[in-house]
Amino acid sequence: MPQGEYRGMNLTILDIDHENVAYFGHCAEHDFHLQKCTACGLLRYPPGTACPWCQNREFEWTPVEARGTVHSYGEVHQAIQTQFREHAPYMILIVDLDTQKGEPSEHEALRVAGNLVTPDGELAPPELVKQVGIGSRMRMVFADVADGLALPMWTLDEEAEQPDEPWRYPQEYNGV
Amino acid sequence: MTADVDATAPKYLRDKYAIIGVGETTYTRGSNLTTRALGTWAVKNAMEDAGIPASEVDGMMSYSNNDSTPSPMIAGDLGIRLNFYMDVYGGGSSSEALIGLAIGAIEAGMCNTVVVFRSMNGYSQVRIGGTGVRAAAPIGGDAVHTAPYGWLSAGQNFSPSFMRHMYDYGTTPEQVAMVKVIHSEHASNNPKAYYKQRLTVDDVLNSRMIVKPLHLLDCCVETDNATAVIVTRAERAYDYRNTPARILGVAGRVCKPRIDMHFQHGPISTVAGYYIKDIIWPNAGVGPEDIDLTGAYDAFTFTSMLQLEDYGFCKKGEGGDYVSSGIMRLGNERPNNTSGGHLCEGYTHGMNMIIENVRQLRGEVDDYCPVDDQGRRQHTFDYSGGACRQVPDANISMNLGWAMPGTGSSMVMRKG
Repeated sequence: MPQGEYRGMNLTILDIDHENVAYFGHCAEHDFHLQKCTACGLLRYPPGTACPWCQNREFEWTPVEARGTVHSYGEVHQAIQTQFREHAPYMILIVDLDTQKGEPSEHEALRVAGNLVTPDGELAPPELVKQVGIGSRMRMVFADVADGLALPMWTLDEEAEQPDEPWRYPQEYNGV
Repeated sequence: MTADVDATAPKYLRDKYAIIGVGETTYTRGSNLTTRALGTWAVKNAMEDAGIPASEVDGMMSYSNNDSTPSPMIAGDLGIRLNFYMDVYGGGSSSEALIGLAIGAIEAGMCNTVVVFRSMNGYSQVRIGGTGVRAAAPIGGDAVHTAPYGWLSAGQNFSPSFMRHMYDYGTTPEQVAMVKVIHSEHASNNPKAYYKQRLTVDDVLNSRMIVKPLHLLDCCVETDNATAVIVTRAERAYDYRNTPARILGVAGRVCKPRIDMHFQHGPISTVAGYYIKDIIWPNAGVGPEDIDLTGAYDAFTFTSMLQLEDYGFCKKGEGGDYVSSGIMRLGNERPNNTSGGHLCEGYTHGMNMIIENVRQLRGEVDDYCPVDDQGRRQHTFDYSGGACRQVPDANISMNLGWAMPGTGSSMVMRKG
C-alpha cells in the first residue's frame, strides 16, 4: 500500500484503489501515464473507473508527454498547512496538456494540477512565482514521497518559447 | 426572458408549498454550546416564529459536514415525534436542495410539515475555512490529486476559477470588492450581523492576501450558529402566524460535467448556474427581470458575481459590471444579500440568505426601525447605517446557492 509523509501530511493509496495505485506508481518512476479508453481512444485525467465520454470501463495506461500551458492558477499567501507556511507564496497551477487540448470539445483539456517548483522540485521562491501566470509554458517534474508514490509538479519549460508577459493577477502583495 | 411554460404543470409543484417559519441563533465566534443546543435553539425559534406547536411538526432534515447533531436528537429535545427525517452530508447549496426534498417527502404523503436546519460551530469546532482539524486529517485516494499541493480550503480550491474569469473578461479586483462593500452596508442595518462596519473598496484591497485573487475581506466570516426553516403545503400555511413565503420553484445540487474535477470541463469560470437557469426559470415561471431581490451565496465576493452572471442577471462576462454598478444596493433595482450574507452576517452554508428573503417577502425584516404598539415594524426606507433594510414592495425573491463552481441550487419565492 503506497503510503508516506509529505510536508506533514500522511498520504495513503489503498491497494484496492487500482487506478490511483497505477497512476502514482508511474509517477514514482518519473514516467507520466494516463488511462486511454480502449473504445473511443480518449485520454482522461484524473484517474477514473470509466470513460467520462463513452462510459467504457476498459482502458490502457499510456505514456503521455507532460508539457503544457498554464490555464489558471491560485497563489496562496496565507498557507493553512503548517509546512507550507515557510514557502508562501506558493502557486497551484492548472496546466492544459498539449496532448488532447480542445478535445473532445472546444473548452476541454487534460488539466493537470501541481505546484510551481524549481527544476529540482523545490517549491518556487518568490522571484520565480513572479515569472509565472496564465500562458506560461510548463514541463512536469516529480516530487518523490514513498515507494510507489510521487506527485506531479510543474516547472518552467526551458526549451519552450515563453510568453513575454504571462497573465498575472494585477495587484502585487508583499512584492509578488 | 420570462419562460413560456404551462403554469399549471403539476410536476413543478409551483406555488404549492411555502415557508411558514424561520429562526436562527445569534452569530458568534465561540458559542460555548454544542451543535445540539444550537440546533434546538434555532428550530425552537423557527417554530415560535411560525406559531406552530411541536405536535404539528412531523418531518426534519439537516445537512452537515459531520459537524452537526442529527435530527432525532433535536426532535427528541423538543418533543417532536417524527414521521420522516433525513440527515445528509453536504454544505453550501444543500439548503435549497433539502427544501425541494422536503416538498417531495410531503407530496409523497410521508409527512406534513418539515423543519430543515443547519447547526455548526463553524468557528470554534470545525473551521469552515479549513484550518485546524481539517488541515490535519490524513489524505487518501482521490484527495492525493489535490490536498498535497496545499490545495485544501474552499478559497484555495476555487481560486483558479475566479482567476480565469478575470483573465477571460477583464474583471477587476475593484469591481469584485464592491460585493463586500455593498453587503457591509446592508449588514450595518442588521442587528444580528457579526460584522456591521461599512467598508470601502480600499478596505478590501488593502486587507491581507489569503490566496490570490481573494483578500481576507473577499472571504466570508466563519461563525458558530444554527439556522432553521419550516416547510409545509401552501393551503396549511395560512393557519400560522406569518404571511407565508410561497415557493415558486427549486433546483437542487445541479452540476457541471466532470463534477469531481469541474475544471476539466471549461469554460472553468462558468459555474453550475449556467445549468440551473434552465431548470429554475421554467419551474418558477419567472425570469431575471421579475426578481425583486437576490440572495447570491457569498462564501466569497466572487461566488455572488459568477452566479448572478450565469443565471442571466447580466450578460456572460459582465458580472464585474453588474456587481459594481450599484444595482445590488438597498434602494436600487435588485438588492442582493440584504442581511449582509455570509460576508458580514455570518456563515451558515446558505440558510441565512433564505431566512432573510422570507422576512423580506413578509415585509418584516428585523432592522433598526421603530416597532409600533402592535409589534409591527415601521420601516423608514432610510438605508444609511443603523437604519432600515426592508426592500419596498418585495414580491419575488431568488436564492442562488453555491457548493463550489461545479454545483449549485436555487429557489424562487413569492410573497404569499
